[in-house]
Amino acid sequence: MQFFFEVLIGGLLSGVLYALVALGFVLIYKASGVFNFAQGAMVFFAALTFVGFLEVLPGWTGLEEGGRAVFWLSFVLSLAAMVVLAIVTEKFVLRPLVNQPAITLFMATIGLTFLVEGIAQGIWGANVRGLNLGIQDEPIEYMMENFNILISSFDVFAAAVAAILVAALALFFQYTRIGRALRAVADDHQAALSIGIPLRHIWVIVWAVAGFVALVAGMIWGARNGVQFALTFTALKALPVLILGGFTSVPGAIVGGLIIGASEKLAEVYVGPFVGGGIESWFPYILALAFLLVRPEGLFGEKHIDRV
Amino acid sequence: MTMQNTAAATEAAPYLSVNNVEVIYDHVILVLKGVSLEVPKGKIVALLGANGAGKSTTLKSISNLLRAERGDVTKGNIEFKGARIDQMTPADLVKRGVIQVMEGRHCFGHLTIEENLLAGAYTRGDGSAGIKRSLEMVYDYFPRLRERRSSQAGYTSGGEQQMCAIGRAIMANPEMVLLDEPSMGLAPQIVEEIFEIVKDLNRKEHVSFLLAEQNTMVALRYADFGYILENGRIVMEGEAQYLATNEDVKEFYLGLSGEGRKSFRDVKHYRRRKRWLS
Repeated sequence: MQFFFEVLIGGLLSGVLYALVALGFVLIYKASGVFNFAQGAMVFFAALTFVGFLEVLPGWTGLEEGGRAVFWLSFVLSLAAMVVLAIVTEKFVLRPLVNQPAITLFMATIGLTFLVEGIAQGIWGANVRGLNLGIQDEPIEYMMENFNILISSFDVFAAAVAAILVAALALFFQYTRIGRALRAVADDHQAALSIGIPLRHIWVIVWAVAGFVALVAGMIWGARNGVQFALTFTALKALPVLILGGFTSVPGAIVGGLIIGASEKLAEVYVGPFVGGGIESWFPYILALAFLLVRPEGLFGEKHIDRV
Repeated sequence: MTMQNTAAATEAAPYLSVNNVEVIYDHVILVLKGVSLEVPKGKIVALLGANGAGKSTTLKSISNLLRAERGDVTKGNIEFKGARIDQMTPADLVKRGVIQVMEGRHCFGHLTIEENLLAGAYTRGDGSAGIKRSLEMVYDYFPRLRERRSSQAGYTSGGEQQMCAIGRAIMANPEMVLLDEPSMGLAPQIVEEIFEIVKDLNRKEHVSFLLAEQNTMVALRYADFGYILENGRIVMEGEAQYLATNEDVKEFYLGLSGEGRKSFRDVKHYRRRKRWLS
């Protein structure tokens, strides 16, 4: 039983990371109806930019290497880079394609993916880099002693960060003027336009917020697995999460992430041995497929409201 | 004395004027063929006509929602309070006081009624106290909305959604509301109720309305002035009362005439004969 809980908790905590990437998709999909294939590339770009600044800033500014000042300055500069990316994307990708079918915009974001990946590597190089956030990746002693369960402190930290981020976003969406405008745009573009909500500003804001989420996700994933090209594949991992949770729901992204994380680890441990193992990498997609058949809008996806 | 004179002069000057506007969709479809109309300050003007006559397009060319639908004003100009507005974005127009309530209501279905109304105040910069006041004012005009304030707009009735859409526009503190087909799909009593409120808003809050309607008789009862559109041209205009009693209007838009039913062949047309190469 202890082993079961160990696997379950480990799975849930890694699910939080999936949720973080899925969140970026949900934000953009909600506000602009665009399935942003470039989200994974944005995670990569953000993480690489952050690590890059960590490396070059001490040389430029004379700040102490690995110090707090460098860390936060890099964070702010990376965030600024994501905002610039959002503005440029709106201006050169979204604006010219306004009113085009969703599939056109989707194709455009695939193009954007290659562009962003190329630019990121062009600027910072393609080497795999380590990233140390100063959080230890070792078992928490308290849990070891009392329950005999192995839980990584880093996973707990990542989960806490994700939880704070999600709570902050939820409050932002629910209670601020901009958040309300974002939801309004998500519901009905034309009506939002008619009451004077400038769609372009809203798009820039939402892409910038998605960039911020990508930065946080990239930092955590990067600290875990190293900052490398493989970060772009996190986007693929987010797909089953989205199908499970629903494309339009922030809580859905979280719950979907947790379910995918937990079920893939449990399946690996308990089902894996019967089919030769290694099912962790494809089990989520099977789960998503089954889900599509039963509940295509996802667990929390917005049902189309139809008046009868 | 001179003060009074200038005040009278500005009131007499056209407030919103549309001058010989031509609209083409998608670079090929000619929808408006030179429409001119005026809305005086503080009045309700009705824009009447059948399906596809160009009523919605006229309103959208004023509010500039046209561009989002690949339409373009290719000739003519539109002025509001003496300034050209045909190149402005919808957001700038709302700030200037011109707002459109779209046909088919277009409430934000997943937002509550109250959130819908608050979203309408997006462009305002006068702080939360003013917005709160407007919200109360809208609730006073539309008591039904106060009752439904925390329901999702998508689950309210058609009449409530229409009220929500008008209330949302009022939240932007407009001087001029372009109201597109408020009676669409609503029961006659609800239509009366909504028109009463519109008239009230016009009288007490001094909001001017340009109203596109197919429901000719109701619209003329509440409007001060009317224009009749046919095939992208204005074919008739006049005081609402004059239009309401005019035999031709009755015949074209109500199918009523002195002599009872007529054969289709005898029905009059204002449509000009087609001229090639013009």
